[in-house]
Amino acid sequence: MQMLAALVCGLIFGWGLLISGMVEPTKVIGFLDIFGAWDPSLAVVMAVALGVSGVGFRLVAARQRPVFAAQSSWPTRTVVDAPLVIGAILFGVGWGLVGLCPGPALENLATLSPRVIAFVVAMACGMGLHRLWQEAAVRQPTESIVDG
Amino acid sequence: MANFTPISAAIGGVLIGLAATLLMLLNGRVAGISGIFAACLNVRSRDMGWSAAFIAGLVLAPLTASFIGYPMPWPQMPDGWGTVVIGGALVGFGTRLGGGCTSGHGVCGMARLSTRSIVATAIFMATAIIIVALSHHALGV
Repeated sequence: MQMLAALVCGLIFGWGLLISGMVEPTKVIGFLDIFGAWDPSLAVVMAVALGVSGVGFRLVAARQRPVFAAQSSWPTRTVVDAPLVIGAILFGVGWGLVGLCPGPALENLATLSPRVIAFVVAMACGMGLHRLWQEAAVRQPTESIVDG
Repeated sequence: MANFTPISAAIGGVLIGLAATLLMLLNGRVAGISGIFAACLNVRSRDMGWSAAFIAGLVLAPLTASFIGYPMPWPQMPDGWGTVVIGGALVGFGTRLGGGCTSGHGVCGMARLSTRSIVATAIFMATAIIIVALSHHALGV
């Protein structure tokens, strides 16, 4: 049931991105281009989505547990640290260069655009590189103890 | 503001907020696309199954929407392949390092009034605005 629920949520999310026009890189660039022909649509999408999920999350949080899972996985970290800031800057550079963030990039795979496919493959490689780096960082201290 | 489409933006926003609420209500998970995609790529992750199902829904959305009169537009991407690949790699690495993207931080996290998400969203938005200002106006690319 979790699989079916996730599939339906992915569909609804995708319809939202499509109807709002946020699947179009040019529409997103139009929002980011505050010194050009500024298009505030993305701000409306975000504000309305925030309102709906803000109320929705409050109602969900009042429940004992999710419908199909043992417990809810609410994020627990609260510290603003260097990885958060540097990661957001790197993401912002990539988003500004192309006009695609992960959701619209994946949804655009449906068009079979070669440039979108290249973007998603590069995005997967970037994520893979981060995981390798994280795993190496976890191994490092134990290795140095062994060496020492 | 000739391209401003507030009504379709609001309808889309309702659907995105609804999807995020439903994923929390049903599966107890945050609808952060970068995290879901990363889990979907990780064969050792216990979240691989439902993550792949969510991504499948996202990719199938345009096909189902085309039946009710919402055709998927052809994406206008940068001409240079280098820009496409570097942009993709930065989005992938940056969202993992920063723990989220427009959906995870920008919608789900900000809806919970998380300080981390508010800071991350402000930074990636400001950075992207600067990049667009530089590339479209200052450098005339």
